[in-house]
Amino acid sequence: MITLVFLGRLADQAGGAGRQVPAPLDWAGLLGVLDSGLAVQIASDRVRLALNGALLADKTELQAEEGDEIALLPPVSGG
Amino acid sequence: MAGDIRLFDSPFASGAAIDAFAAAHPQAGGIASFTGQVRLEGDVLALELSHYAPLTLPGMTALGAEVQARWPLAGLLIWHRTGLMRAGEPIVLVAAAARHRRDAFLAADFAMDHLKSDAWFWKREQRADGWHWIEPREQDHADLARWRDSAA
Repeated sequence: MITLVFLGRLADQAGGAGRQVPAPLDWAGLLGVLDSGLAVQIASDRVRLALNGALLADKTELQAEEGDEIALLPPVSGG
Repeated sequence: MAGDIRLFDSPFASGAAIDAFAAAHPQAGGIASFTGQVRLEGDVLALELSHYAPLTLPGMTALGAEVQARWPLAGLLIWHRTGLMRAGEPIVLVAAAARHRRDAFLAADFAMDHLKSDAWFWKREQRADGWHWIEPREQDHADLARWRDSAA
């Protein structure tokens, strides 16, 4: 399984801070497991992805395997 | 010198931390510090700051290294709260110790501007009608841009 971690307002929209989905998962697969409203937001330029704690420069090149963690990061509100 | 960079999930005492930091850096001629605290606002009951552990502290540590590369400091402290906070509680403490005051002022100012706009935190406020996410402020991005424009 792969763990999805939703940060900030995305956690509200996803109905929880985390979720398990079957591996493997690429960008199209990620959009496919999210409901359509959430998928639109994830696709926007303002949302970034991190795979196992490392930011992806190009989120559309996501390639997640068994045991990986994908964080969905909306714009920060600042410290 | 790595700096004292920490995340807290419960309140910290800003004044005591500054005293201890100053005592630990007797060779510094000046300490500049900034404490950010939860603002008392009419209908805000609480503030909650969430973070993502794999990014947040490493990001703060990288910021600390950048600050120390830009200014000659005797010491640097960056402490940040997460979790549920009430009005008056400190959210952030930055302290810079330097031989001369200008370096300490600038280092603390730079660290705060970058924490406010770049650090991996998400904030929401609890009001009588529920929780509200706080959007990034334009002013925070403008504050950050001045460091790029000046290319100090």
